[in-house]
Amino acid sequence: MTTTTPVDFGRRPDEYRHWRLSLDGEVAWLELDVDEQGGLVPGYELKLNSYDLGVDIELYDATQRLRFEHPEVRVVVVTSAKDKVFCAGANIRMLAASEHHWKVNFCKFTNETRNGMEDATAHSGQTYVAAVNGTCAGGGYEIALACEKILLIDDNSSTVALPEVPLLGVLPGTGGLTRVVDKRRVRRDLADVFATRSDGVKGKTAVDWRLVDELVPRQGFRETVLQRAREIARESDRTGEGGIELTPLEHRHVDVTVEKDQATITIKGPENDPGDLHEEGAGGWFLAMTRELDDAILRLRTNEVEAGTWILRTQGDPAKVVAHEQAVLSGKDWLANEITHYFKRTLKRLDVTSRSLIALIEPGSCFAGALLEVALAADRQYILDGPPIDNEHSEQRASIRLTDANFGAFPMGNGLTRLQARFYGDDDHLAWLAREKDRDLSAAETVELGLVTDAPDDLDWEDEIRIALEGRASLSPDALTGMEANHRFVGPETIETKIFGRLAAWQNWIFTRPNASGPEGALRRYGTGQKAVFDRKRV
Amino acid sequence: MPEKIDYDAKIPNNVSLADDRRLQRALEGWQPKFMHWWGEMGPTLETQGVYLRTAISVGREGWAHFDHVNVPDYRWGIFLAERDPDRRISFGEHKGEPVWQQVPGEYRADLQRLIVIQGDTEPASVEQQKLLGLTAPSLYDLRNLFQVNVEEGRHLWAMVYLLHAYFGREGRDEAEGLLLRNSGSPDAPRILGAFNEETADWLAFYMFTYFTDRDGKYQLGTLKESSFDPLSRTCEFMLKEEAHHMFVGTTGVDRVVMRSAELIREHDTRDIGPHGGIPLELIQRYINFHYTVSLDLFGSETSTNAANYYTAGLKGRWQETRRKDDHKLTGDARTLDKPAGDGTWTSEELQAILLLNLDLRGEYTADCETGVKRWNKILTEAGIDFTFRLPHPGFNRDVGINSGHHVTPDGTIVDETTWLAGKNKWLPTTEDLAFVRSLMHPVYERGKIASWVAPPRQGINGKPFDYEYVYLT
Repeated sequence: MTTTTPVDFGRRPDEYRHWRLSLDGEVAWLELDVDEQGGLVPGYELKLNSYDLGVDIELYDATQRLRFEHPEVRVVVVTSAKDKVFCAGANIRMLAASEHHWKVNFCKFTNETRNGMEDATAHSGQTYVAAVNGTCAGGGYEIALACEKILLIDDNSSTVALPEVPLLGVLPGTGGLTRVVDKRRVRRDLADVFATRSDGVKGKTAVDWRLVDELVPRQGFRETVLQRAREIARESDRTGEGGIELTPLEHRHVDVTVEKDQATITIKGPENDPGDLHEEGAGGWFLAMTRELDDAILRLRTNEVEAGTWILRTQGDPAKVVAHEQAVLSGKDWLANEITHYFKRTLKRLDVTSRSLIALIEPGSCFAGALLEVALAADRQYILDGPPIDNEHSEQRASIRLTDANFGAFPMGNGLTRLQARFYGDDDHLAWLAREKDRDLSAAETVELGLVTDAPDDLDWEDEIRIALEGRASLSPDALTGMEANHRFVGPETIETKIFGRLAAWQNWIFTRPNASGPEGALRRYGTGQKAVFDRKRV
Repeated sequence: MPEKIDYDAKIPNNVSLADDRRLQRALEGWQPKFMHWWGEMGPTLETQGVYLRTAISVGREGWAHFDHVNVPDYRWGIFLAERDPDRRISFGEHKGEPVWQQVPGEYRADLQRLIVIQGDTEPASVEQQKLLGLTAPSLYDLRNLFQVNVEEGRHLWAMVYLLHAYFGREGRDEAEGLLLRNSGSPDAPRILGAFNEETADWLAFYMFTYFTDRDGKYQLGTLKESSFDPLSRTCEFMLKEEAHHMFVGTTGVDRVVMRSAELIREHDTRDIGPHGGIPLELIQRYINFHYTVSLDLFGSETSTNAANYYTAGLKGRWQETRRKDDHKLTGDARTLDKPAGDGTWTSEELQAILLLNLDLRGEYTADCETGVKRWNKILTEAGIDFTFRLPHPGFNRDVGINSGHHVTPDGTIVDETTWLAGKNKWLPTTEDLAFVRSLMHPVYERGKIASWVAPPRQGINGKPFDYEYVYLT
């Protein structure tokens, strides 16, 4: 399914069609109440609280607002407002009718949202609790898995299930398999049984297998859930008041242009010195820039699927960037913490974006500290060694600057900094880089330090960059996607890298196989009453 | 040495229970729990013996054995219809293959689910009818209530037998679960909504056995077509007993209508409430309620699950083998009438296989009409100008395409205000329920009957109406 109108990622709670967000002091309730007729694209009904991208965009909006607008909230209860059904997962008719790239991009976004919920639990003291009050299958259970605790209604019929393998011939697309064994430490043989039975597991067995944490009687379900939430809230170290409003985006700090197969993202540095984070709120440069960058990545991924190469540029004063970054990183309160983690998550979106990322470091750019991470997230970095192209008499030269921000503030999904990933296993080199912090590094120095791919001079620059981009664009997009994803994530595996790398890669393959998406495949035949026909050859 | 149990005497069966140690062990574990459930949730009224029909074999003669039985000693029994060794799958993608004597691994979860859902309804009605013995209009009716109850109990046994015999440890867990859920329980309600409604009075009981048990008949009819032969044979035998439940419903409503007609003629007024009768309009409201709640049991008009069950051969159509088509339905189409947002009805053409619930509901509705005709005939013969009608299938629905729309009994789509204004005309009101309840006084004298219902034309098994069907203390 592809929309003809571009997908907009902006939402406001008073306009939600599918979620109800209500606040009760330190506990927030996020209740799923999907409007069946409210699909993002016509052609399917969102029955049984199943979701599509539109439902998930609202969830993402809610999770962001909870972090920024509600510092008093320590526990978020995710539950269903419908009777007897928690959530049936991603809508199958939507998936079956969708083009491949839409399915994969949808899975990616939902994964990022689930990771964001876990990030809030881990780093913001805002713990997510799933109150599963009815049937919970597939992506529905994956929402629950993204929560820290899963409470299941004990009515002798509600189950949790991951029926993708038996029913659809695909895998759970939002980290289900990985979280079951890695996060919840379900024994692998039991996980195997669980993920191959379409009817799921209920009650005591679900607790025994660790698929859920606790059974809660149907009578007084809400009260018991609230009691658990209050207990968990007591453990939280989140303190804060005076949330800041996430006002509508203004697109002042991030420019996006698209020309055929290429998009350019230009981040503009701050014009002023940093003020008080709380007073500036959503208008402060760091947060505003992060929100715009986040939105730009999402819109480009979803709406500009043929723009296979993204050029990453910056413009501004490096010193001011560093000043703003320090205000955030040295800030000790909840808001500074939220901005830091939000920028971290936005960089992670870049890391897992299946586009060729090329950073161009030119005179007048401000790749310093936090913004240098954007360049380090790219597959290649080119720095112009000479005056600006349009003014050969200018004294201005391109430079970059390393700061503390590059040494641990914004880890990748594999737990490494981008420098650690770049110089994997080379501790001496990392120590050398640490000694070069807090000063402008010239083009020649960046080459010597291994921080750029190449440093063409002003005579070669235009040709070199053109040839590099044209060469890139001529390669198979699929091969590039695979190659980039391999190069970007060196070193250790984490739940996140497994979900985005291992699980998503397998899913990507399975999605295109005839057994899933051929005319007689399981995904295409789902809902027709006809059974899938499988090619029995194992590959 | 523990005394050897004579299984065949204690539990009449035709499944070689005496030789099946695995099944014995499962039943030995389950039976005490069942008896406990019966004690807690079964009929409240204590009796010294009820003139009951007990199935002791499936042969033409043997299955209906009548005698006074102390209800807790009723021999529940496990019976499957005789096996046809040449039976073949008659529909779906396995059409033509021999039927299955064992559960295919591929369909294990689906079959188990179907059996659990069917099984869950059987004890539910016993629970719903728990208090009715205290207000029975006659000994004859009281006896019928017990007959229905023990047979529902036996149908529970039938499903439990399948779970025990074919679904391993999980089957045993599910069999226990059937006793742990209870109708209307706030903690663990029955799976289907209609089985959590109250059956508060005898008019509701007649309506339930007419409309809701008739749904059971059609569900069992589709399971009788199943390629899983033990399920098919179990359901075939259950259908024999189910016929009596519907007899109770059909004749029960007959007798209420008959009595109301008598009172109308006797007092020359339709307002027979003050004379101890049930007004015809009130009966119509009961019909409206019970019929529509029962329609919900058929599920959504379009159903992927039903389609999957059909293709897999798990659940067929009503009288599948008599249908004249390819029995695969992949190429057939049917139309579905849907309420539109602007208050009109539209129709959509869909693959027939996705509309199997609608197909079954159609058969059911046609069957329900026959009862309505009977009741109208009683009125015509009494010269009363009143006609009962089944409401439109869109009326008062919680499940499927009509849920969320306001449809009047004649099929007009109206706004919420109009619907709420008409609701008291169409569905039983609190006053109606209170009035009917006020008539519910027990009549336990031989040959006597309550004011609001006529005696039956015939007794049970050739016995007269004034036979002592139930020995009370």
